Amino acid sequence: MGALIAFVFDGLRAMCRGPRLYWWWLGLLLFLIALGAWSYLTQLQEGLVVTGMSDQVSWGLYIANFAFLVGIAAAAVLLVIPAYIFHREDVKDVVLVGEGMAVAAVVMAITFVVIDLGRPERLWHMIPYLGEFNWPMSLLAWDVIVLSGYLLLNLAIPFYVLFHRYRGREPHFGLYFTMVVIAMFWAISIHTVTAFLFSANASRPFWHTALLGPRFIASAFASGPALIIIILQIVRAVTSYPVKQTVIDLLALIMAVALQINLFFVGVELFTDFYNEGAHAASIHYLFLGLGESHSLRPWIWTALGMNIIAVIILSVHPLRKQIRLLNLACVLAFIGIWIEKGMGLVIPGFVPTPLGEVFEYQPTLIEITVSIAIWAFGALVFTLLAKAVIAIEMGHLRHSSGTAVPGEMIS
Amino acid sequence: MSAGKKATGGNDVKSRSARRAFLKGIAMAGAAAAATPAWGGRTFQDAMGDFFQKHYLRMSPDEVQAAIERIQRRAQDRFGVDINVKNTPAQAGVVFGYAINISKCKGYRDCVSACVKENNLGRDSQVQYIRVLEMDQGTMNLENGDHYYAPETVPQEGKFYLPVQCMQCDDPPCVKACPVNATWMEPDGIVVVDYDWCIGCRYCMTACPYWARHFNWSEPEIPAEEINLDTHYLGNRPRPKGVVEKCHFCVQRTREGRQPACMEACPTGARVFGNLLDPDSEIRYVLENKTVFRLKEDLGTEPKFWYYTDG
Repeated sequence: MGALIAFVFDGLRAMCRGPRLYWWWLGLLLFLIALGAWSYLTQLQEGLVVTGMSDQVSWGLYIANFAFLVGIAAAAVLLVIPAYIFHREDVKDVVLVGEGMAVAAVVMAITFVVIDLGRPERLWHMIPYLGEFNWPMSLLAWDVIVLSGYLLLNLAIPFYVLFHRYRGREPHFGLYFTMVVIAMFWAISIHTVTAFLFSANASRPFWHTALLGPRFIASAFASGPALIIIILQIVRAVTSYPVKQTVIDLLALIMAVALQINLFFVGVELFTDFYNEGAHAASIHYLFLGLGESHSLRPWIWTALGMNIIAVIILSVHPLRKQIRLLNLACVLAFIGIWIEKGMGLVIPGFVPTPLGEVFEYQPTLIEITVSIAIWAFGALVFTLLAKAVIAIEMGHLRHSSGTAVPGEMIS
Repeated sequence: MSAGKKATGGNDVKSRSARRAFLKGIAMAGAAAAATPAWGGRTFQDAMGDFFQKHYLRMSPDEVQAAIERIQRRAQDRFGVDINVKNTPAQAGVVFGYAINISKCKGYRDCVSACVKENNLGRDSQVQYIRVLEMDQGTMNLENGDHYYAPETVPQEGKFYLPVQCMQCDDPPCVKACPVNATWMEPDGIVVVDYDWCIGCRYCMTACPYWARHFNWSEPEIPAEEINLDTHYLGNRPRPKGVVEKCHFCVQRTREGRQPACMEACPTGARVFGNLLDPDSEIRYVLENKTVFRLKEDLGTEPKFWYYTDG
């Protein structure tokens, strides 16, 4: 028990030590969070009327970010599988960073749903027995279960592994291997359930397709590694933590394949909808071409498509992918491209036209944008703090009862 | 209130006595009821009562009564009116159904305005449970319908009019979607919402194929003198912001044998409402003798709302 308290305390202390750049970074994040909190206060007081949402387009930027971030969270499994199943030592070195990213992404996803609620103070109504929980009927109830379960798994596994390392012991293989296998399947489930949340709606032809689940997984396995590749390079640059190039090469390859499959799926959707333009096609027509005077998503989706195509070319051509600058460009393009395609590009057209055929457009307001930025900043903060502690322990700077823990020194 | 602030202090004898004063304050606030406005115009006890209020179907009769009294005090606070909040249960052997004769509908939208008044719909938010589409003759494609038609006179040449509202589906996708069971189908077939249980996630709005659900994006404003004082717990009582609402077949009227407001207001007699289980009802006559159809029947939600034409 004493060791546990010392572990938590040392971890927290590691989070509170760092060079000036570290503190500037935390300060920036806190500033953005404060801005968003201020906006959210307005939203609480006035109601969701301060957003651009309406009865016609009743979900917007918040749920768009939610859908995207669940994918980022699920993508951590791409480090977990090679590390624990295929025993790749180079991946094992960084797998905890990936799990930290999963934690941050799930926290962001859950926050985005909570701030989208009209009555957040009634959240306790979801607690089984105390309230009413419409499980297994409601897909939203499923999402609550899989997301909170995934959060717990991704907290428990690193905690267990790190706590043993902290005490200089080897983690019990059978125990954490079981947890890892569960987490693997769980990762796929969170994103499948999130896809089902949309595809379950027969009233929304744009989402009501069996392809949505596979599309979600494919795009997640492209956007997730894109983010991990960037993060790992930052970790390598600002700490002395060893990040092997082979890990980045592996992720880049996975990303190339996933992005190819994702683009193929987009093409399949386009063919099916546009060859026979039935009722199913109205939303996709709105998205890519616009309906009458309404075409606010058109420039976005074409930009996203362009970005994804450039990214897939870079990633698919060996000599291009091997150049770290071009790889980074591809990562940034794919990340933004998929954020548009699977965020606003997926959520909004589901509501346009409405089930009664009305075409009504949505534009996020400044309040929605600042709140969304704040939640991203909050996720970055969670990740930074977790990664700080993880790296300190992994580097061996933090050891139980050594009495000479010097977590601050590892930052170059 | 001031006692409450002091009580948040340390642990010494002084603050302990302050805590006692605070608890006493709660008791007094309860006794004074609506007399002492605090906590957003409500007493502390009412605020707590609202917060911990159970799901409608889980409340005991006493708890429902207490909830109704809180709702009445809230209406008094907000609008300065005394509303009657009924709790009439569904009658045995009754399942309501609706049919509209689209040959008779001339697009006057008297049903819409009657509904707004009857059901205390937000005037500033312009929520309307009924939407009448002006359709080109020769097509049933809703995407070609005009939602905001405003010609000098109706009906217009070459047009027909299609009123759409909650179909009270027998297999309602909105009920399936709700994560907290805040919406359900009553024994008489009406899909209702517990406005005090809804968390405002709006997943039901996403699930509805008829765009029948509406959200209170802000606190709905109604001029006090226009408020319908005759309300039902599951129907037209004033709604707070941040929750979903919908057509409930005028539960405050129909459970007492009256017509829904939209039917009463219709000048052409296009609307037929009644008990589907009563073989002698007009609605049963229509279903048995007219060629009826339902909107989006292919989605399998089993609407209890039919359309038919003359001839």
